Amino acid sequence: MAVNMESLHEPISSSLPLEYQGDGNLKIFGFWVFLAAEVVLFSTLFAVYLVFHGNVAGGPTSQQLFDIRGFTIETFLLLTSSFTMGLGTYEMRRQNTKGVLAWVLITVLLGLGFLGMEISEFAHYVSIGANISRSAFLSAFFVLVGTHGSHVTLGILWILSILVQVMRKGITPKTARKLFVVGLYWHFLDVVWVFIFTVVYLTGKVM
Amino acid sequence: MSSQPSHEGFPWKHVIGFVLSILLTVMALWLVFSLQLPVSTEIVSILVLAVFQVLIQLLLFMHLTERDGPAYHVISLIFGAFIAFTIVGGSIWIMAFRSMVS
Repeated sequence: MAVNMESLHEPISSSLPLEYQGDGNLKIFGFWVFLAAEVVLFSTLFAVYLVFHGNVAGGPTSQQLFDIRGFTIETFLLLTSSFTMGLGTYEMRRQNTKGVLAWVLITVLLGLGFLGMEISEFAHYVSIGANISRSAFLSAFFVLVGTHGSHVTLGILWILSILVQVMRKGITPKTARKLFVVGLYWHFLDVVWVFIFTVVYLTGKVM
Repeated sequence: MSSQPSHEGFPWKHVIGFVLSILLTVMALWLVFSLQLPVSTEIVSILVLAVFQVLIQLLLFMHLTERDGPAYHVISLIFGAFIAFTIVGGSIWIMAFRSMVS
């Protein structure tokens, strides 16, 4: 409650949640602009992948390589983690610190599960000779999916650092804004994965 | 003010978003692996499903509609999507043309 009284003195955003108070509004907008730039970054990697998809240089094709069960589980793990992150934000807005910690920790565990599956998928490909230098198709595949995977890795470390801050300081306008922003990042990674699932894996299985 | 503590309520928005996202994924898998459609029909259908999936994330999880003042963040996202569409669409177009003439 004390936090809310304080935020009432802010001249702007009084009708918006805690994380928009003070300069939070501007910082959240800045993060949306960053995400728009990330859309462009991933679009270049998708373009390279789509152009090189058929250039297998006598190596394995996407149809031979991709495992339906594997990428389906990865997709469900990431979709569920996006949902639990959303619940973390929901609990944050109810000032429920314990709820935030629980849901965000589940998000991290699901993210780690996703990463573990992706790493074993990559290790399997490399073990059968389908490494990054095998063909233009595989170079483009590893760069696109690997860039997403490295974003997920960074996201997990980022979420954990915000969790420590929430544990120490509770839900203040500052920690609320940080948690909201890392939530946006996490949902965005799910958006990118939806396109990897659709354009790389599903399409790679039919053509 | 929505940041005030309230201990009632149920996160319907999130649960509906989650159920829809799982349904869309299952539909995409079903379209590709259970139906015998022409490849181009399959790809167009799963791309449409992906767009709905993205809208669910943006509207139900990312609180896209929350703002103070003009929706500049939506404008920057639309601009990003326009550049992305141009890069991906343009690359496919020019490479298809190249393989046609060579």
